[in-house]
Amino acid sequence: MPVPPVEIHDMTVAYHRKPVLWDVDIILPERKLIAVVGPNGAGKSTLIKAALGLVPLASGKVEIYGQPYARQRHLVGYVPQRESVDWDFPVTVFDVVLMGTYGRLGWIRRPGPRERQQAREALAQVALESLAERQIRQLSGGQQQRVFLARALVQDAQIYFMDEPFAGVDAATEQAIVALLKQLRERGKTVIVVHHDLQTVRQYFDYVVLLNMRLVDAGPTETTFTNENLQKTFGGRLTILEEAAEAVRLGKPS
Amino acid sequence: MEWFNHLSLDAQNDLWVIAVGAMTNTACALVGCYLVLRRMSLLGDAISHAVLPGLVVAFVFSGSLSVVPMFVGALLVGLLTAALTQTLHRQVGVPEDASMGVVFTSLFALGVILIKRYAHRVDLDPDCVLYGLLEFVGFNLIQIGPYEFPRAMLSVGLVLALNTAVIAIFWKELLISSFDPALATTMGFRAGLVHYVLMALVALTTVASFEQVGSILVIAMLIVPGAAAHLLTDRLSRMLGIATGIAIGAAVIGQAAAVWLNTNTAGTMAALAGIAYLAAALGSPRYGILAVLARNFASSIRVVREDLLAMLYRLEELNIERAMGWPEAARAVGGGLLPRLALFSLKRRGDIRRDGAVLRLTDSGRSQAKLLVRSHRLWEAYLVQRLGLPPDHVHEPATRMEHYIDRGFQEKLADAVAQSPLDPHGRDIPQSD
Amino acid sequence: MTYLTWIVAIGTSLLGCVAGVVGSYAVLRRRALAGDLLSHAALPGLCLAFLLLGGRHFLGMLGGAFVAGLAGVALVTFMCRWTRTKEDAALGIVLSTFFGAGIMLSSYIQNMPGGGAKAGLETYIYGQAAGMIREDIYLLAVVSVLVLVVLVLFHKEFKVFSFDPAFAQAQGWPTLTLDIAMMGSLTLVTVVGLPSVGVVLMAAMLIIPAAAARFWTDRLERMLVLSGVLGAVSGAIGSLISAGAVKGWLGFDPFGGDEGANLPTGPVIVLCSTTVFLVSVLLAPQRGLLARSWNYFRLRAKTADENLLRTLFECAEPRLPTLVTVPWDELLARRAWSRARLFWVVRRAGWRNLVRRAPGGVQLTQRGLEQARRLVRAHRLWEWFLIHGASIAPDHVDRDADSIEHLLGPDLIAELENRFIAQRDASNAAQVLPNSPHELNVP
Repeated sequence: MPVPPVEIHDMTVAYHRKPVLWDVDIILPERKLIAVVGPNGAGKSTLIKAALGLVPLASGKVEIYGQPYARQRHLVGYVPQRESVDWDFPVTVFDVVLMGTYGRLGWIRRPGPRERQQAREALAQVALESLAERQIRQLSGGQQQRVFLARALVQDAQIYFMDEPFAGVDAATEQAIVALLKQLRERGKTVIVVHHDLQTVRQYFDYVVLLNMRLVDAGPTETTFTNENLQKTFGGRLTILEEAAEAVRLGKPS
Repeated sequence: MEWFNHLSLDAQNDLWVIAVGAMTNTACALVGCYLVLRRMSLLGDAISHAVLPGLVVAFVFSGSLSVVPMFVGALLVGLLTAALTQTLHRQVGVPEDASMGVVFTSLFALGVILIKRYAHRVDLDPDCVLYGLLEFVGFNLIQIGPYEFPRAMLSVGLVLALNTAVIAIFWKELLISSFDPALATTMGFRAGLVHYVLMALVALTTVASFEQVGSILVIAMLIVPGAAAHLLTDRLSRMLGIATGIAIGAAVIGQAAAVWLNTNTAGTMAALAGIAYLAAALGSPRYGILAVLARNFASSIRVVREDLLAMLYRLEELNIERAMGWPEAARAVGGGLLPRLALFSLKRRGDIRRDGAVLRLTDSGRSQAKLLVRSHRLWEAYLVQRLGLPPDHVHEPATRMEHYIDRGFQEKLADAVAQSPLDPHGRDIPQSD
Repeated sequence: MTYLTWIVAIGTSLLGCVAGVVGSYAVLRRRALAGDLLSHAALPGLCLAFLLLGGRHFLGMLGGAFVAGLAGVALVTFMCRWTRTKEDAALGIVLSTFFGAGIMLSSYIQNMPGGGAKAGLETYIYGQAAGMIREDIYLLAVVSVLVLVVLVLFHKEFKVFSFDPAFAQAQGWPTLTLDIAMMGSLTLVTVVGLPSVGVVLMAAMLIIPAAAARFWTDRLERMLVLSGVLGAVSGAIGSLISAGAVKGWLGFDPFGGDEGANLPTGPVIVLCSTTVFLVSVLLAPQRGLLARSWNYFRLRAKTADENLLRTLFECAEPRLPTLVTVPWDELLARRAWSRARLFWVVRRAGWRNLVRRAPGGVQLTQRGLEQARRLVRAHRLWEWFLIHGASIAPDHVDRDADSIEHLLGPDLIAELENRFIAQRDASNAAQVLPNSPHELNVP
């Protein structure tokens, strides 16, 4: 059996000691477009941030192709939420895309002609060559998201983690992003997307991870994205889990 | 250097002051750009106050003004400030600004007390800690080889070189960890490490400038040139360049102004940097307040102009020949100064003409007006047909929207509404020419 | 204790009190550094007033400082709104350039021919509390009363505005006016405090007592009062230390100052409040570090005790009600504890008569058995919930239940129990305790 791209064992994540994800245990398949779906506050972003080592794990472990994340960095690309950066920052579209090559270059080495060429190609792929020299604030929301995607393309990873790439983009951009995701899959990549629009899950993704503070189910879209599972994910709040999480946060013996 | 020795002592001193001032300011401004972009300006402020006790302790232990203990002391206290602020905020739950306030004022108070306490051993004056003795650098020269230069230049030159080198070598790492710390971390550039490297640079820069230039100029130079440059450019490299320019300019003009006014040099340089910021904030072609106001003004006058054209078109459409002077026309679109200016501009563009007592559209005016009315009515039709708004509620929104619908969007709207030639009020939707 | 010492002590405690109170709002509104901004920005106002009025006109200069301080605050707001400069940079810019201009003006005044040096502007930078006179106290008293009256009268409004400005605005409160009133009080206090404690340390008077008071209470009213008291006490003690009065009482100087060297009052006051702050960080109930460590320690101890009881229970379960002796090695194998820790846990449980040492091992007492039963119940209910309520696979459950069961309150357990009773199958309707999902390996 081939080594799965992402393997999460018994992962519990806590903010300020309060658990927000309980005992998540998933093995994600290769060459799939994977949606992470769940209600607000279900821990979707947290799941990928924890997988990337951006937030510490309270327990459990994450493996990327059978190895700890720190060793497999070069295999992983990340598209953060659009709001997470300062769009007034004095960089051009091209600069941002070029940042995708930094990880491969490591400390001190500068991007050379080859990296520049890659960045240009990635920009062409998202149809933004003409805006390369613009400051990033001057782009529309959809264009900004495409810049992030181009940057991820330049990273040339095997696995992509994308945090709400469809948030606040226009319909045309959404289609462009989907086309790009499919293209990535054709090239053998695995793409994990935090997704908030239930309408489009069936259409865009071939694998879903249903999440609500704990893993509800994960599997191929046809079999897993069922009404019953959605009911389990979205219906009924897990008052007990919430209360228990609160007890842990306060941390006082009763 | 022949020419230099021929200058009067005062002139020599002035040049030394400018040189030392420019080097200090530049060292600060370079690091400062990153502080501003990372929204850590205040940590710079805090560290530059807080290094005082480190400095005093270094003085007391080494008993001299030598560079190394001073740097070490400042470095330790500077990093301590950053770490303490972080700990109080993260571990103890004090809000970030308050924890900064507690840490740096306490350390500063400690520093002042230490100075007084060891007054007999420390050649430091609390006043010059704040506003420095820049004007006297030229009187404290040291000789290295054949060259004689101010002693302050040694330490300041060292940090200037250090800052430049760090920025040049770690350009890429500083850029990515400032712009997108999360991505930087996933790529293996530890954002926390870069943070503390920057803090260390701030502490070193502060302390190098301290005794000669004073902490207030350091704070001004850390923040003001970078913030001003950020208003003027969208490229990081240019931002660093402009900040350097402002820093050097403040040094040159500051010394001249201070001599002229017979006042404190460091204070004057800080105030001048403020003026540079003010100029940038007002005058920056893209982000300046004046530019924003001008754009707003141009846009509101365009709106009024278009309202006037549309009004005349509608009158024409209804075959109403109404005697209308400028005041009446102006009043019809809201009155005030703006409509008058708009009328004047329409007349000058040849979009309207006066025909006896009646204002009429010219051909060019009419074709523009037609487009506007088309936009207006298409939007009304869209709101009614597609969004189901009642017809008597769509005029107001369409009046606002009509100014922002270009030809391409018009065609999209025309496709979206059934190809009815009439708007919801039963009036003709003019075709584009 | 001379008359002058008393004057200074009264003055600084008044100042400390009122600064503590207005500072509380600044700290709560995340505007702690506004005090720093105000005191720096006030300097050019002082100097300009001196130049315009042609002399040291006390009230005029305070007025100038007040106007300059408020102008600085307004400028920061304006810059954030109209330019892309962010708030931190805007604060730093106004603070440093206003102060630079102030230094420039005050040097200019000092270097003016004819008596400029008498302006005494330099005292504003570091402050000269020791130079307080009776009139200063009157002024401080008037300002304190004024500010406190405003804060008391409009307490409700300030409270809602500080907590949730958007809500306050939606309720129709004039938020801009409230903001200006708040900043105005802050400015007024800062300006009257400047001559005594100076530019940098005035910020400390505003921030530190408030940050310290926050540790002791969760009620705004108590925090305001406490912050005022802490400020006043620091002011009084600080000024007494610096005047050498404390040396007289204690027989030594707490700062070890040289003979005859008077320590500057402002910094000593600030270090006094810093001490209060540090004490609060350490000792405050609930929020303090000691209390939190104690809680953590207690939790760990409780967890260990309960784990011991549960393990003993599970080992004894097949042969209940006979209380078997569980061998030491068995316990060590089941819990990842060192031998020393196990002995310690057993000894502590023994003190409370929950277990007793038997030859070769440990045994539950009757009392221990009762408690263990309750614990196991909570543990299994939680496991059951994780599997059935949260659909987590059985083999992932136990470790998690380990950490949470010690924290479940009685309400939560009752709730779990209701769910369990509602859902257990008819076949084992009499079952009161869920079976453990694990195979128990009992000797």
